[in-house]
Amino acid sequence: MLDFIVDILSEPSVLVGLVALIGLILQRKSITDCITGTVKTIMGFLVLSGGAALVQGALGHFGNMFEYGFGMTGIVPNNEAIVSVALNDLGRETALIMALGMVVNILIARFTKMKYIFLTGHHSLYMACMLAAILFAGGIKGTAAIVIGALLLGFIMAAMPAMIQPFMKKLTGSDDVAFGHFGTFGYVVSALVGKVVGKNSKSTEEINFPQGLTFLRDTSVAISLTMLVLFLVVAIAAGPEYVAEISGGQNFLVFSLIQAITFAGGVYVILAGVRLILAEIVPAFRGIAMKLVPNAKPALDCPVVFPYAPNAVLIGFLSSFVGGIVGLFILLALGAPAILPGVVPHFFCGATAGVFGNTTGGRRGAIIGAFVHGLLITFLPALLMPVLGNLGFAGSTFSDADFGVFGILIGKILTLFQ
Amino acid sequence: MKILVCCGSGLGSSFMIEMNIKNVLKSLGINGVTVEHSDLSSAKGIKADVYVGTRDIAVRLEGLGGEVVSLNNMIDKKELEDKLVEVLKKLNYIK
Repeated sequence: MLDFIVDILSEPSVLVGLVALIGLILQRKSITDCITGTVKTIMGFLVLSGGAALVQGALGHFGNMFEYGFGMTGIVPNNEAIVSVALNDLGRETALIMALGMVVNILIARFTKMKYIFLTGHHSLYMACMLAAILFAGGIKGTAAIVIGALLLGFIMAAMPAMIQPFMKKLTGSDDVAFGHFGTFGYVVSALVGKVVGKNSKSTEEINFPQGLTFLRDTSVAISLTMLVLFLVVAIAAGPEYVAEISGGQNFLVFSLIQAITFAGGVYVILAGVRLILAEIVPAFRGIAMKLVPNAKPALDCPVVFPYAPNAVLIGFLSSFVGGIVGLFILLALGAPAILPGVVPHFFCGATAGVFGNTTGGRRGAIIGAFVHGLLITFLPALLMPVLGNLGFAGSTFSDADFGVFGILIGKILTLFQ
Repeated sequence: MKILVCCGSGLGSSFMIEMNIKNVLKSLGINGVTVEHSDLSSAKGIKADVYVGTRDIAVRLEGLGGEVVSLNNMIDKKELEDKLVEVLKKLNYIK
């Protein structure tokens, strides 16, 4: 019997299911709601693991071809990919850090001046996962890892919205809404750059800017297209003969096309899993937090700022992407692993950096701020990889700024104790 | 009656709007409406009577076979309520 309990509690999918169940019971949902919610949450975790296999297969081929073609390591920064790999070994720790981290977030909001409730659930999940990986690589395991991880996560969930709130106030003209996305360091940098360079620069919204790039807002399309370009480049660099070896004789262009879209398909499946995992947990978290914390401010995902400055969204994306390419060449010159620019981090984070840069420094702020942000999310992942332990060899890494900042910081502190 | 809320990845914003819509419907006493959220790619395969998105992506929801609600501000509950009531009246779901 004890064996059974230990067994079932060390199964991460069941653990997240239990977290959802607790949330459902606390909200006094009906028995049928509790059962369907719990089953769907468990399924979400299993679906996510299924997507991991797709992503890893494509990434493996990409890494091999890159290495053969260029003689160095090529890294595709993508949160979903790296999290799905990490959850294979750190699922239990991640689930518990996330659940307890949300509790810590509520406590901090209840008893300090940081009234922010971080509602971007997928980022809480990814951050929990990164913390588990960093702590593990630094030699902290088991209960200690879960407690320390949860305290750190809860703090980060409250502190990041607090850090960007002054700029959020300026953007929205009110103090009611907060911003919750783990690229915050990048956005604050962009806003500060905007302040310095943007004197008398007009807002991006006073110009007519073509909106044709909106199709890239569709994550699956954006990932397919970038991965296709990247795969074609490495396939040509590696040469048809080498590619034929790993593709089992398939034409190297066809192979690239199929692998690129397979990667995007894998991310699509992972996102479907994440959506199922969060479907019950986030509303419960929000409901409980709003009840327990008077004057709580919900901190929302980055697109919340997009409607305030649609032109800055596109300008920020382009500018950040250019920063990513420039950063890539700098890394190559330094002989560091090549962090390839991904459309998704640059679109979402770069766009957000553009909006905040515009708030403080008009169009000059949006362009230069987002460019600096693009450099930042290229250098941070390169510095993050060494402290990620075995995960540093997964061919992917965390893309958004805060993962880099906290990962590097905590990783370096841990090495002092070793 | 089914409402589908969409955003780029179908994770954060659409989920928040979904929760807000559910709250609005509850406070108005409107029952029998299913509200779900998804990413833009999946939206094509999901049949709904109303598609909701922020104004920066609302164009991508045209032609999916339902009414489109474009939100200027995803945190403005008043705007959300007004536009929901308008579209539900248009579809003769409420009077």
